[in-house]
Amino acid sequence: MIENIERDSQGEGSSAIEAKTESDTCIDIEKLNLYYSKDIHALRDITLSIPRNKVTAFIGPSGCGKSSLLRCFNRMNDLIDDCHIKGKVRIYDHDIYEKRIDVADLRRRVGMVFQKPNPFPKSVYENVAYGLRIQGINSRRILDEVVEDALRAAALWDEVKDRLDDNALELSGGQQQRLVIARTIAVEPDVLLLDEPASSLDPISTLRIEELISELRANYSILIVTHNMQQAARVSDFAAFMDMGRLVEFDSTNILFTNPSERQTEDYITGRYG
Amino acid sequence: MRRKFNKWSRTGTPWIWLNAGAVAISIIMVLGLLGVLTVNGLRHFWPNEVSQGSYLAPGFEPTELIGEVIRTEWVAAEVLIASGLSLDPGQELYRRDLWKLGNRDLNGIDFAWVLSDFVVEVSTPERVAAFERKQGGVFYGAISSLILGEDIDPSIAPFDDQSLWTQFQLRLNEVRNLDKQIRSIQSEQLARATSDLERLRLRERAAMLDGELSPTLTQQFSAQRLEIQVELASLQHQLNQLYAQIEGDSVLVRASNDVEVLIPLAEIVRAYQPNNLSLTGKLSVYSQRLWEFLTTQPREGNTEGGVSPAIFGTVVMVLLMSLFVTPFGVIAAVYLREYAKQGMTTRIIRVAVNNLAGVPSIVYGVFGLGFFVYLIGGEIDQLFYAEALPAPTFGTPGLLWAALTLALLTVPVVIVATEEGLMRIPRSVREGSLALGATKFETIWRIVLPMVSPAMMTGLILAIARAAGEVAPLMLVGVVKLAPSLPVNGIYPYVHLDQQFMHLGFHIYDVGFQSPNIEAARPLVFATALLLVSVIAILNLTAAVLRDRLRETYRSLDV
Repeated sequence: MIENIERDSQGEGSSAIEAKTESDTCIDIEKLNLYYSKDIHALRDITLSIPRNKVTAFIGPSGCGKSSLLRCFNRMNDLIDDCHIKGKVRIYDHDIYEKRIDVADLRRRVGMVFQKPNPFPKSVYENVAYGLRIQGINSRRILDEVVEDALRAAALWDEVKDRLDDNALELSGGQQQRLVIARTIAVEPDVLLLDEPASSLDPISTLRIEELISELRANYSILIVTHNMQQAARVSDFAAFMDMGRLVEFDSTNILFTNPSERQTEDYITGRYG
Repeated sequence: MRRKFNKWSRTGTPWIWLNAGAVAISIIMVLGLLGVLTVNGLRHFWPNEVSQGSYLAPGFEPTELIGEVIRTEWVAAEVLIASGLSLDPGQELYRRDLWKLGNRDLNGIDFAWVLSDFVVEVSTPERVAAFERKQGGVFYGAISSLILGEDIDPSIAPFDDQSLWTQFQLRLNEVRNLDKQIRSIQSEQLARATSDLERLRLRERAAMLDGELSPTLTQQFSAQRLEIQVELASLQHQLNQLYAQIEGDSVLVRASNDVEVLIPLAEIVRAYQPNNLSLTGKLSVYSQRLWEFLTTQPREGNTEGGVSPAIFGTVVMVLLMSLFVTPFGVIAAVYLREYAKQGMTTRIIRVAVNNLAGVPSIVYGVFGLGFFVYLIGGEIDQLFYAEALPAPTFGTPGLLWAALTLALLTVPVVIVATEEGLMRIPRSVREGSLALGATKFETIWRIVLPMVSPAMMTGLILAIARAAGEVAPLMLVGVVKLAPSLPVNGIYPYVHLDQQFMHLGFHIYDVGFQSPNIEAARPLVFATALLLVSVIAILNLTAAVLRDRLRETYRSLDV
């Protein structure tokens, strides 16, 4: 599967993206600008099409706006006072900043995993069931099934199947992060946003998360923000390099890492940056 | 020298000593206070030795004294001479003892100061008994005969003292049991029937006011009234029978100065011979008296008997207040912290809330009286209890208004504590919930509030600590010296929010400073104060245990 994609991207190069049909696009961003206040202009004129059912990595130095961009896709930035947005973000052809959009529903369909594991102080089971419970699903039978499926999909089931009633905070950091992923996929989102999901984990847990991402790519469009260049190279199909709130380059991972068209990208990837 | 001192002070040692000293002083003061309360409060229930002696003070008729020596002090002779006693001016100091003589019906007073030098032939006769009576306080004297029914029982008369006492105790127990039956009939069945009758009257009046009183309805009411009256009559009959059983029995007691007094057994609460008691016997009397203090109604203008209605009133009022203050405070805090746009307005509100905590409590009392009792209570009466007017139902001080007033008094504490808890909830947890498609309300309700619950409990603990000891506002909005019945009892509608209630704090004030019998009340003040402190401590501990449980469940994420 991975080889297949690599071959695809090698063959067609950057022009492949433009050639993609509508249905292959997951998120369409058009001239997106984000201001945290009058003076802080965090994202500048970002225009980008993110392909469906692929892993897209966002890389760039700290403060370049990659997390801010990710948080635009599930309107997490709404929570910040004085933050406002110009431009268009379309997910599956729906303008998510339109007035009649139900933000809660949007966030269910665009799941997000944060940098630090943030399980709720509830049992492992209730953590995963939470998303369903708020949708009003309380049938024990359905919940049992979904919890097990989600935990299996997050490669956590074998480790926690005997301690579903334990407090989730008793799990290790890596387990907690996989639990959060399980919790996110339990509500069956269309898109998965991962904001540096492995940055607070040890190498082994990181590896497990990366394996997990590879397994999940078949069913989800995954957007991942990472500081770790190797990680981006390992897990992603496409990559975007950002700097100072601008999108510098977007291409298939292979090309971006081996033959970037921008000088700036090359400097960053080879470690000459800054 | 100076440099040495500077060096020493730079090490920080003096400040450590200063802090440690301040802490030590605080602890000593708290422990001292508790110690004073405990010793003085608990000593009261111990059956003291009863002494007998002759008092031969110059210028007085010789009299016999029987009673307990409560305490002793030294007085300058001048003072005593100035008060009209002919004493030897050569002696500088005289020792005087406070005797608890009891027998108020004979002496008029039950405590007397006596100059120790003139008390002679002091002994502690075993025959002397203390009779605690329903009315008139304690009576000291030796039992001389037992009268059962009309005549002196001839079979008992020749018995020796010991068997007479045993016989008396046996009969007293029987009488006490009958007395208990009488009281249970009075306080339960009789009270229920009376309240039924009153409710019937109000229903009839309500029907009349609404103009719905038809002849059939009148008939129905009359039939029901008759039914209750029949029940009342039968209860009265039962009571009369019980009274008849205990009426004739009494005991003839020889008090000091050979005065013989007849005490009906029904009047006696407890009798014991303090000088004839073994240690276990004394302990038994001690625990009986302590138990009586904790579980029975007060007697004799609150200077005798128990304080159970006050304990109950305090606890019920505090619980009710918690019930009001928690939702109020939490909702206000959630609004201020989560929904309101932070700015000048919220800052002003916060300052106002903090200042509310500093308003003197009596001001809350006045506000409660004006707003809750007269305004809201008056309206409620007009709307729902019109049939009882002009007698007010809610338009008079009562439990509900007291609880609400105290809730108002303590709501700032809960708001501040909850707000602080809300601030400590990590953003990441909220975002985690929102990212799963929860609305803001769902996030607050399902994730944030459970995590804040320990902080809410902290606020509640502080609120309880403040409210349970508050007396001043209660005097205006609901507390009474003596409540005829408990605010929660077996009579419909079981919880009487409109009733006035007794409170330990007010009880201390009333017993200690409003009672005509200061000496009798003094130990009760200590005992009640100790009890109040214990009740508050228990309420707080319960809340603290609950909080620790919650903390365990909702440990914070940021480790």
